[in-house]
Amino acid sequence: MKPGALLSARHVGKAFVSNGAPRWACRDISFDLYPGEVLAVVGESGSGKTTLLRLLAARLVCDEGSVGYHARWPGHAPSDKLTDLAVMSEAQLRQLARTDWGFVEQHARDGLRMNVSGGANVGERLMALGERHYGQLRSQALDWMARVELDVERVDDLPGTYSGGMQQRLQIARNLVTRPRLVFMDEPTTGLDVSVQARLLDLLRQLVDELQLAAVVVTHDLAVARLLAHRMLVMKDGQVVEQGLTDRVLDDPQHPYTQLLVSSVLTP
Amino acid sequence: MTETHYNFAFLDERTKKRIRRALLKAVAVPGYQVPFGSREMPFAYGWGTGGVQITASIIGRSDVLKVIDQGADDTTNAVNIRRFFARTTGVATTQKTRDATLIQTRHRIPEEPLTAAQILVYQVPMPEPLSKLEPRRRESIKMHALSEYGLMHVRLYEDIAQLGAIARAYDYPVVVNERYLMSPSPIPKFDNPKMHMNPALQLFGAGREKRLYAVPPYTRVRSLDFEDHPFEIERWPHACALCGAADSYLDEMIVDDQGGRLFVCSDSDYCEQRREAGHVGTQEAVTLTNVLAAQDAGDGA
Repeated sequence: MKPGALLSARHVGKAFVSNGAPRWACRDISFDLYPGEVLAVVGESGSGKTTLLRLLAARLVCDEGSVGYHARWPGHAPSDKLTDLAVMSEAQLRQLARTDWGFVEQHARDGLRMNVSGGANVGERLMALGERHYGQLRSQALDWMARVELDVERVDDLPGTYSGGMQQRLQIARNLVTRPRLVFMDEPTTGLDVSVQARLLDLLRQLVDELQLAAVVVTHDLAVARLLAHRMLVMKDGQVVEQGLTDRVLDDPQHPYTQLLVSSVLTP
Repeated sequence: MTETHYNFAFLDERTKKRIRRALLKAVAVPGYQVPFGSREMPFAYGWGTGGVQITASIIGRSDVLKVIDQGADDTTNAVNIRRFFARTTGVATTQKTRDATLIQTRHRIPEEPLTAAQILVYQVPMPEPLSKLEPRRRESIKMHALSEYGLMHVRLYEDIAQLGAIARAYDYPVVVNERYLMSPSPIPKFDNPKMHMNPALQLFGAGREKRLYAVPPYTRVRSLDFEDHPFEIERWPHACALCGAADSYLDEMIVDDQGGRLFVCSDSDYCEQRREAGHVGTQEAVTLTNVLAAQDAGDGA
């Protein structure tokens, strides 16, 4: 591992038990992610992409290997050392998850609080961190809604009245309001129509660049990887079959599965 | 008349001892909800089974009991519970706040300041302040454990965004001893400041939810708010029509079909004490033709 990594996975694996025998959803996955870098994880359905993402975000516990994160604890001198997620307390992990990290769910409804307004959704993390000034919460909510190109007039409307694309934007705003350093995205554009996808990708690319975000994006859409990611991992049957710079992997695929994946993309 | 077929205060001694043990824990961790083995009581849930069990566990032969429902001593719930304890314990009962050593209450804290020699027992329908926001019990326990209470402010934010002000008028959430978020039971927010640094021991029981909690004497109790939308209690443009008190919580009673309303103290004992001391109100109903306009005038006052 080179110094300066933000997130580091070492031989990560997770097994689920089916019919009494463990079945590995993903196994022996290693990579480093650096600040400001976007990593795409591609592969077919069932290849273990989402399980990997959940392991990285500490939503699941690794059965094998470990995930280290460059956490900044208040009161501690900054250092290059990574902390193993497995040794962090639940309170620390929850703190990380709502400050330093973001998690954009595939279905916006899973990531939003549907019974409170858009503005309250954006403000929730700030309130969890102790912001107690309504006017400031309000102006932050309006600011972030404008940044993700949502109509600020809709700030007091429930997310259920938003379109799918708007809900996804709101979810992104809600995650970015605390200025995280690392965002996990699980198929962020799946389920949206093509023109909305394009605008959302454009927005994501701009935000990632502007905020110097590191991101792990799980997707089965190679176009998303091409547009957003610097590097990519190709997964099949729970294993990484190929990894490298996005352009290299897509233009010169080495592994037979990657070749198949690249050649099966439809071009109109 | 005292019933002799039942144990003193209805519950058996072992049950009372277990509830007292749970109460000790509740007092030791102010605002923390302690589970307890709630018993079937000869009341329907919602009629104060939690409060009755606490009262039964701590009442002694020398206690003087007062029971309040909505501030009054002569309402159905109060009369029944007072008679229940009179029959099963034979202890003295009173309607005067200052004579009581043990006060069981529903919806109000007496206007007269309590003393260190008194215990206030609240009947609580829903002890979990986060229940409407986070339906998963496991998750809300975790939020209490980690003191993650941002969600409650999301609710208050939503009130201001939709309605212009924090609209919750009763069961207004408080933080006890700067640690635990607590539901003060459905008392009006008018009574919230009385919980702060109160010399009396305050005990809360929820029979159906099988949990109890406590605010020990002289404990800080802070109502949640925003810096730019501070917590405020209700004020009325009227005084009590019977005793002229301008500082008490008023009930509004419609007295005719022309919009005549009588505003009187909700705390019946407080009102009576004042009248005995010679205070007199206007004795007149107020006519409010337009309720909304009157509210606006009230806000401005």
